[in-house]
Amino acid sequence: MNPFSSGTRLRDMIRAIRACKTAAEERAVVRKECAAIRAAINENDQDYRHRNLAKLMFIHMLGYPTHFGQMECLKLIASAGFPEKRIGYLGLMLLLDERQEVLMLVTNSLKQDLNHSNQYIVGLALCALGNICSAEMARDLAPEVERLLQFRDPNIRKKAALCSIRIVKKVPDLAENFINPAATLLREKHHGVLITGIQLCTDLCKVSPEALEYFRKKCTEGLVRTLKDVVNSPYAPEYDIAGITDPFLHIRLLKILRILGQGDADASDTMNDILAQVATKTESNKNAGNAILYECVETIMSIEDNGGLRVLAINILGRFLSNRDNNIRYVALNMLMKAITVDAQAVQRHRATILECVKDSDASIRKRALELVYLLVNESNVRPLTKDLIEYLEAGNFVKDEVWHALIVVISNASDLHGYTVRALYRAFQTSAEQETLVRVAVWCIGEYGDMLVNNVGVLDIEDPIKTVTESNAVDVVEIAIKRHASDLTTKAMALIALVKLSSRFPSCSERIKDIIMHYKGSLVLELQQRSLEFNSIIEKHQNIRSTLVERMPVLDEATFSGRRAGSLPATVSTSNGASLNLPNGVAKHSAAPLVDLLDLSDDAPAPGSSGSDFLHDLLGVDLAPASTQPGISQAPKSGTDVLLDLLSIGTTNPVQSNSSALDILSPGQDNQKPIAALDVLSSPLASAQANSSVGASSMIDLLDGFAPSPLKHEDNGQVYPSIVAFESSNLRITFNFSKPPGNAQTTLIQATFKNLSSNAFTDFVFQAAVPKFLQLHLDPASRNTLPASDNGSVTQSLRVTNSQHGKKALVMRIRIAYKLNNKDMLEEGQINNFPQDL
Amino acid sequence: MGIRFILMVNKQGQTRLAQYYEWLTLEERRALEGEIVRKCLARTEQQCSFVEHRNYKIVYRRYASLFFLVGVDNDENELAILEFIHLLVETMDRHFGNVCELDIMFHLEKAHFMLEEMVMNGCVVETSKSNILAPIQLMDKTS
Repeated sequence: MNPFSSGTRLRDMIRAIRACKTAAEERAVVRKECAAIRAAINENDQDYRHRNLAKLMFIHMLGYPTHFGQMECLKLIASAGFPEKRIGYLGLMLLLDERQEVLMLVTNSLKQDLNHSNQYIVGLALCALGNICSAEMARDLAPEVERLLQFRDPNIRKKAALCSIRIVKKVPDLAENFINPAATLLREKHHGVLITGIQLCTDLCKVSPEALEYFRKKCTEGLVRTLKDVVNSPYAPEYDIAGITDPFLHIRLLKILRILGQGDADASDTMNDILAQVATKTESNKNAGNAILYECVETIMSIEDNGGLRVLAINILGRFLSNRDNNIRYVALNMLMKAITVDAQAVQRHRATILECVKDSDASIRKRALELVYLLVNESNVRPLTKDLIEYLEAGNFVKDEVWHALIVVISNASDLHGYTVRALYRAFQTSAEQETLVRVAVWCIGEYGDMLVNNVGVLDIEDPIKTVTESNAVDVVEIAIKRHASDLTTKAMALIALVKLSSRFPSCSERIKDIIMHYKGSLVLELQQRSLEFNSIIEKHQNIRSTLVERMPVLDEATFSGRRAGSLPATVSTSNGASLNLPNGVAKHSAAPLVDLLDLSDDAPAPGSSGSDFLHDLLGVDLAPASTQPGISQAPKSGTDVLLDLLSIGTTNPVQSNSSALDILSPGQDNQKPIAALDVLSSPLASAQANSSVGASSMIDLLDGFAPSPLKHEDNGQVYPSIVAFESSNLRITFNFSKPPGNAQTTLIQATFKNLSSNAFTDFVFQAAVPKFLQLHLDPASRNTLPASDNGSVTQSLRVTNSQHGKKALVMRIRIAYKLNNKDMLEEGQINNFPQDL
Repeated sequence: MGIRFILMVNKQGQTRLAQYYEWLTLEERRALEGEIVRKCLARTEQQCSFVEHRNYKIVYRRYASLFFLVGVDNDENELAILEFIHLLVETMDRHFGNVCELDIMFHLEKAHFMLEEMVMNGCVVETSKSNILAPIQLMDKTS
């Protein structure tokens, strides 16, 4: 016999399919079968129709399209015999869904079957209706179903109840019709009907608030009584599972009690006794008992407050947490997350166990535990939690964005942990660079604190010594991150920013970094392309402002950060984290201590290379560390200025990375607001800090007026210095105008004016200057970088020079000007020796 | 609502029974089954039986060579669903006598009938084994 004729029995077809070794063979077999079935359908074959449909269902389950069989279902439903109807309805439910128009054709058959004398057929129809009816069908057949809710046979009643649920969901207007019948169902004895009746009531409550009110008033005591009966009922072999009678009914009852009791004190009162009984009497050595306890705890948490019950619930959760079974622990962690909004104290008690769960080998438990830990963080436990969180970053794959954002916030707050953090992340990156979130946090930290990594700053006692990391190693890490195939847009964008920061902190790697960034100039992703071009232009043309642009980010304010998260998490962290640190950085609450104490404080601050007597010199920005970037040493002037600013209670200060003098905080303040705000991924209250620091700096100068020691000469503020022509060539003339800021003899403000002497305009005009070691130079950005021809306009740029050998040596300067003339690159260099002697 | 789908999958990842209570197209179903099965098969005995996937949870348990997976809403009681899976297995065991994967495969429609008696529209209807099996035994007697 041809094994593929439509007469094939189902099992033979299954055997044939199972015998296939490859997917292609299987496809071939299935195709042949489908063809045979299609032929049989065309011939209107009566005998094998149900067999064909069974085969079709199997094929559908394997995942092949079977829509040609839908009409077959209809024909089968319309036939008289029970087995055919059976298969027909089954096929209907599996092969069709409510969106198909074919479903409308079934409505009539369904109506007839709902009124059939054979109750099994009625049951069939109800089942099918309950599973896939659409809104129109629901409307048509609702009255029939309502009538059936009071049928004599309990099986039909329970099926009708579930069918009504679907109808009510599809057509909420019909809900009122079902309220009364549903209430009667609640008084049933038959468990099946009871369960479905409760289900119906639950859904009615969700759909219609008046139903909720009705049930709350009329049915709460009845339900409590039913639950009491079930709990106390004798052994019933029918429904017994693991020694408990019908745990499913228990759970359903608890669920509806939860809905009824939520927000309503009276209803909650009636439930208290039975809830206490269930919570204490249920055995918890079997899964069924635990399921009931879980539901009970959820109910207790949701209804109105009753102290004793809550304590009971938390105790049960504590027991769950220490259970060895992973399922129970998972469920307990879930519950604790909801409990934390209700009673945070109780949850804190279990913090140690939760931290244990973070180390668990099971991913689901780890994820839940991490989320819970994040919710638990407050100012007292942030330090140990930060260390733990960093160690467990290997769970980072399963963690939401909020957690790693918060991690970065926490890291930036704990500034004495910066060195440790960046080294730990560097090490972690070397071992495994797989997790996206680990890569992101590592890249961000290396960008911010790369200098700490290279110079081994801030080593904590508990750290293992790390092999020396060179600058190019650090750049390697970021390069790997950006080139990884698996890195997504956010990671690459963060890597680009980190590269810019590193190009300022590690000038030796600047060329290489520029090449990496240029690589993305043509990227198809707009974000990367834009960043690449902008950063490239910063590196090439705006080197003078680059260092201030990528200064260290100020301490991120955790309260505003979590507040900005739209209150989704409790804002339990405060900014006074800084207060626990010994460094005066970021201390906000310094009261106005007398000046003597201030001087003492400066001696305590880590200030390698500056002694007490130089303190005031440091304040004036004189004799600072050599011009190369050594941020470890530049901590000294940082702390000095910060302390003074705190005297004026400015608030969170901006640790200045560059080596410009303290007074230089003044003018860059205004320039830097916009670029930094644009650069930083995580925004911070930077603008206000800048404005504050600039205000503070100016009043600090006034303070210094009173304290300037006598050896410093006070120049006459009104003295006018002659302007000089610093440089002149065939195309260009540069003029310098001098002035002195009041009260500071060593600093000179120079206004440079560039005039174009040729007949064509200059474009891409860049002016650079270099000074010997005893001078300090600060260059502000030019007013613009195109110079119109023949003196039609000029470009100005201001410089500030500080002469530490004031009075002994005069200023000298080497300059370099680059510009494009007629699209040709031009370069001019020169040395300026004709400064006035007494500058 | 409640239960979204019930799957029985063997250790090679082949679906033996699939019942969905919400509409998904064929491609979506295959993709979903593939993803979930990969996740569950990769887990060890020690790990817990609940997996989070997209916006719902999967509760699963392995019986011999067959994985029973139930996809439920987030607010469903997971331990109760574990009990339900066990009830399902026990019911099939009572009917087929020492049920194994082949029984389910060759009597797919009977397995579906049983499931239909137990779950309707995503809610558990009947939990008594005798009540569930009564109509099925009746049908067997008449045919």
